[in-house]
Amino acid sequence: MALDKPYLDVPGTTIFDAEQSRKGYHLNQFCMSLMKAENRSRFKADERAYLDTWPMTEEQKQGVLTRDLNRCIAAGGNIYFLAKIGATDGKSFQYMAASMTGMTQEAYAAMMLAGGRSPDGNRSLGEQPGAQL
Amino acid sequence: MARITASVYTSHVPAIGAALDLGKSHEPYWQPLFKGYEFSRQWMADNRPDVIFLVYNDHATAFSLEMIPTFAIGTAASFQPADEGWGPRPVPTVIGHPELAAHIAHAVIQDDFDLTIVNKMDVDHGLTVPLSLMCGQPGGPNPAWPCPVIPFAVNVVQYPVPSGRRCFMLGQAIRRAVESFDAPLKVQIWGTGGMSHQLQGPRAGLINQPFDNAFLDRLVADPAGQAAVPHIDYVREAGSEGIELVMWLIARGAMADVAGGAKPILKHRFYHVPASNTAVGHLILENPA
Repeated sequence: MALDKPYLDVPGTTIFDAEQSRKGYHLNQFCMSLMKAENRSRFKADERAYLDTWPMTEEQKQGVLTRDLNRCIAAGGNIYFLAKIGATDGKSFQYMAASMTGMTQEAYAAMMLAGGRSPDGNRSLGEQPGAQL
Repeated sequence: MARITASVYTSHVPAIGAALDLGKSHEPYWQPLFKGYEFSRQWMADNRPDVIFLVYNDHATAFSLEMIPTFAIGTAASFQPADEGWGPRPVPTVIGHPELAAHIAHAVIQDDFDLTIVNKMDVDHGLTVPLSLMCGQPGGPNPAWPCPVIPFAVNVVQYPVPSGRRCFMLGQAIRRAVESFDAPLKVQIWGTGGMSHQLQGPRAGLINQPFDNAFLDRLVADPAGQAAVPHIDYVREAGSEGIELVMWLIARGAMADVAGGAKPILKHRFYHVPASNTAVGHLILENPA
């Protein structure tokens, strides 16, 4: 019997469940390795070579190389782990958050100051125009 | 006999720690937030506990995907502030309370909650930011945190996280465990995390002020009702990381009224948007003496 996953219809959101975690195990553990300065240096010196030491899928590696966090999340990444890539790059968390929304960091920061993104229209795919369920 | 004197609830946004550590707390962006905790720091000074039982979550710091305990109690003598990629926060080592922690672990496991016992663990912003907010930044004449702390880490990173109902029941078991400890300790229980926020995907930046304020109302007045709210409501309404709010139900479950005692006294309530990507909420509830 299929598991009940009501969160699959929340737009713009990927819940990091046991299935995503299984898919993303090596991607997330690669991110975790960036907690060590020595590994950050190795990654920065040759990103591709360092990624190739991990049994990650090509899609996961491309997600990292292009810094496309949405692509990484789709491939099993979790944001708390992925944030370690941004820290390695010297980027703020807000920069990373903005990069996933398609907004500039300035526009994203202004949205937060104005009270954040409204839940209205963002609760379920059915609420969004043109949504297909 | 030990007893729970009060519960404290607060968000634990990492940027708050960075603002304190970098001396930015007087900047206009941060001033309204820290003003909301002025009362709390005085209250802590006036109501210093013997031990803080601090419910928080680890953010891929001490726990990678190698092991994901749902509930983990820190029984060590001390816990180091973690290096989360920017160097450890310049805050004191967290001193534990191994005797009470071991007692609680024993009692709560016998009460049907399968805790993981952790004897070696660094603690990240989830634990140290609430301490900074409530105790001020240690330094100078106050080089240490005011009392021992028992870290209690809850998995809210990998779904499914424990349900609100389970957290609320766990809080009740923790209260029973504390009250069976044979020393006259004043124990505070803190629930941290939240409020509404989403840190991932195109929906990042979600904030829901009506939801947050209703949660604060109901946590105080009808915690059993709030505990029955399913995960999906938090995800939809409060963002994927808003699910951290289930940890507040552990602290609330440990209050006397849940076991038929007197209603708690609401000493302080504060709400502010934003701190970086997150809505900040804060409550102090006292058990009547």
